[in-house]
Amino acid sequence: MQRIGVFVCWCGSNIAGTVDVQAVSDALQNEPGVVFSTNYQYMCSQAGQDIIKNAIAEHKLTGIVVCSCSPRMHEATFRKTAAAAGLNPYMVEIANIREQCSWVHKDMPTGTEKAIILGKAAVAKVNLNAPLKPGESPVTKRALVIGGGIAGIQTALDIAEAGFPVDIVEKKPTIGGKMAQLDKTFPTLDCAACILTPKMVDVAQNENIRIFSYSEVEEVGGFVGNFDVKIRKKARFVNEDICTGCGICTEKCPQKKVPNEFNLGMDNRRAIYIPFAQAVPKVATIDADYCTMLKTGKCGVCSKVCTAGAIDYTQKDEIIEEKYGAIVAATGFNPISMDKFDEYAYNQSKDVITSLEFERLTNAAGPSAGKLVRPSDGKHPHTIVFVQCVGSRCAACAEKGKEYCSKICCMYTAKHAMLTRDKYPDTDVYVFYIDVRTPGKAFDEFYRRAVEEYGVHYIKGMVGKVSPEGDKLMVQASDLLANKQLHIEADLVVLAAAIEPDKSARPLATQLTASMDTNDFFTEAHPKLRPVESPTAGVFLSGTCQGPKDIPETVSQASAAAAKVIGLLAKDKLTGNPCVAGSDELMCNGCSSCERVCPYGAITYVDKEFRMPDRTTRVRRVASVNEAVCQGCGACTVACPSGAMDLKGFATKQIIAEVDAICR
Amino acid sequence: MQKVTCDTLVAKACELLENGTVDRVLGWKNGEFVYDVTPALFTTVDDIKSEFVFNDFCGANFSKYLIEETRKTESKVLVFLKPCDTYSFNQLLTEHRFDREKVYAVGIPCEGMADITKVKAAAGDGITAIKAEGENLVISTLYDDDKAVACADVLAERCVVCKSKKHVAYDELLGEDGDVIDSNRFDEVEKLEAMTEDERFAFWQNELSRCIRCNACRDVCPACTCEKCVFDNPESSVVNKAISDSFEEKMFHIIRAFHVAGRCTDCGECSRVCPQNIPLHLLNRKFIKDINSFYGEYQAGAEAGSRAPLVDYTTEDIEPTDAVLKGASDNA
Repeated sequence: MQRIGVFVCWCGSNIAGTVDVQAVSDALQNEPGVVFSTNYQYMCSQAGQDIIKNAIAEHKLTGIVVCSCSPRMHEATFRKTAAAAGLNPYMVEIANIREQCSWVHKDMPTGTEKAIILGKAAVAKVNLNAPLKPGESPVTKRALVIGGGIAGIQTALDIAEAGFPVDIVEKKPTIGGKMAQLDKTFPTLDCAACILTPKMVDVAQNENIRIFSYSEVEEVGGFVGNFDVKIRKKARFVNEDICTGCGICTEKCPQKKVPNEFNLGMDNRRAIYIPFAQAVPKVATIDADYCTMLKTGKCGVCSKVCTAGAIDYTQKDEIIEEKYGAIVAATGFNPISMDKFDEYAYNQSKDVITSLEFERLTNAAGPSAGKLVRPSDGKHPHTIVFVQCVGSRCAACAEKGKEYCSKICCMYTAKHAMLTRDKYPDTDVYVFYIDVRTPGKAFDEFYRRAVEEYGVHYIKGMVGKVSPEGDKLMVQASDLLANKQLHIEADLVVLAAAIEPDKSARPLATQLTASMDTNDFFTEAHPKLRPVESPTAGVFLSGTCQGPKDIPETVSQASAAAAKVIGLLAKDKLTGNPCVAGSDELMCNGCSSCERVCPYGAITYVDKEFRMPDRTTRVRRVASVNEAVCQGCGACTVACPSGAMDLKGFATKQIIAEVDAICR
Repeated sequence: MQKVTCDTLVAKACELLENGTVDRVLGWKNGEFVYDVTPALFTTVDDIKSEFVFNDFCGANFSKYLIEETRKTESKVLVFLKPCDTYSFNQLLTEHRFDREKVYAVGIPCEGMADITKVKAAAGDGITAIKAEGENLVISTLYDDDKAVACADVLAERCVVCKSKKHVAYDELLGEDGDVIDSNRFDEVEKLEAMTEDERFAFWQNELSRCIRCNACRDVCPACTCEKCVFDNPESSVVNKAISDSFEEKMFHIIRAFHVAGRCTDCGECSRVCPQNIPLHLLNRKFIKDINSFYGEYQAGAEAGSRAPLVDYTTEDIEPTDAVLKGASDNA
């Protein structure tokens, strides 16, 4: 029989406000095995931990139950406390009476009743706990960064600087991401290319960094410290090692009618292309969807003009297998589709554009060589209307847009408006907004300059309708402060489209077993205290894949993620999780069900001799778990038909005992 | 009337026994009554010639017998497999339950087996002899004149909705192989789904209340091959859950259906051997239908070594919450 101590925490008034902590410790006092029960204001404080340590010594406790916050918060704390008092740390169970109880209930009797039930369940489990000892596993000292935008670039550079090898997997032919498409960056107005491209070159030249461009993660296996990743390097039909990036092929290719995605389809490129002049790696890629040679077998111009002989029409996708100790998701964002926003006539008029398209129109390397012109007729626009929050903060129309604030639009719209007025003083610039949100260093000053120095017309209110009439765009809007309807005859309308996580993030999260929120942003391990770690050990988050961010924030988070990765890779060994699976060989059928569901490949089979009751021996195929590889997910225990497979620390018996205690 | 005759099987069995390919034969022999055909192990040519039978009552699926049989010696055993039996055979191979090297499997065609309950309903009690004549069975009874009933009218339910006349595993085939059939076996399940929750509960309560926990369904089931069944293990928490319900039999069958889910080939042996005529196969067939609709068509045992949807994972898998919603709407 165990000797169990129960420690009920008030968490100040967090728990004690809704749960009668005295009643809980009194009720649990009478549970089977409980020899000591008390409550205290802050169990996690030094004084609280001393209560636990003293009780372990005084009452010769063999197990303890702490009724407190989520085990994700303080299980590790209390395990350390128990260990310091000489108790096996896995003899500690947490009853979560804060998140699962006091925070979700309003009245004291309900909260108290539930807290007692949760406590009883934990006591029932501890009664069946056994001391566990963790093993160790080695760490592969190499990191994988998925996504080669500014977030991925910064993370990779920082990890490489610390001396660890890093691979960047980028699905596009070049790294650089969205930032490479931008013109100037707020609030200092330095040109994006001027600050980004040196970093891209740094990446290319860093001995510790390998770039897998035009590649995607195909499969992720393994676990923290020991991930096995398969990367699909898509065929670009150009030998990367030979191509010099001279660009002759991209000038001679006869297929000229390919929409140029780098300029968001506002001009065309060839079937063989280099996305932009500063691309890294600077090698050409053949677009198989458009290449006449690949589609019909007739052409071969690029191959003829290539002096290096780099063109290879027979190139196939290549699978690269590599081991990593840590993985960083840096998959970035995209503006949402404007298809559902008919009211702004985006699909009806070429002169209604998104802010990212505006960015390309004002960029010297863009389709109009930096001259702000109307996409429809190339004329200079005089009246320009910017619409903010298109699809952002869109709670009422969730099927069209996003509930969240995209965070970057207020600032880049102020930048667009200011730069337009600066370069073209003959223009009238209107910005329609719900609120202007400028919390950031030198952000509000920037916005105020747009209004006060550059005379941008900021109007609180939303645009109701944009209708093309002749070569004009009739903008119907409300001015909420003046309480009147406005009709503006505009030449150009710019929509600040909401941003959303890249579509590749969801399947990637599934492969990484990393969790996501309802908007498909990666979830952090703790929103405040562990913001760059995923709840999945060894998986880290960098940039907008975790939530909307501007460049300064993205770069700081990227470096933070790198710091976490470096901290992990610096270790030689990781302490494992002792809550691993094990098979009762007498019951095991050797049916392979567990092997099939094991995501870590931890289960193998051995033929073993068994003594039978009639003194004969029988050789049977039985499962054997590699405890260093098992992560204790428990999938095998539910797949096992005979119940032979069980999880230490979470045995079926223990879980049933908890359920029984709850149902009692 | 079966297309392959008893004589053909006897000849094949004797040949393989005499030329040393096998040293024992799994086959059928008569039981107490003529329709009471029972599985048997033959080791001599004489026994086979005198006792081996094959007729419309040879429903027993021998696949499961191979687990014990292949453990006995290093030599081969001959097994006769009807098309549906071959699915169980493959499923057991998938689960590494016997050594394929120790088996010589002869596929035999099957025209469907008769259900004695239906025969009795048509011809009356006191059956003394049953003879196959063309498309009919001629039945002699104690109380009446001989009566001819069409084989088609007394087919077992599982044979009426036969899913395949194709053998998916064999070393040798007697007669012609057939095809996988576009069976309407889920019609009965759809009827259950069309019921209200209360109706369905009442249906199963009524059926399962006849259960006497004889364990025949479990003992015959080729998917129930655990070294130690959870229901025979007082240490297992499952067994305690079953007996804690006032209606233990219900829990037994539901737990069993979960245990064989994704592995059940729908061979129908559970219902065949049930002395209380409970349509147990419908529980399993509901699982099969759901698995098909959630994860795409899958037939357990169609291919040895295949990864069943419930022990496989693909990124296209239905989200668990969607499965719950879909399941709820199917059972509206």
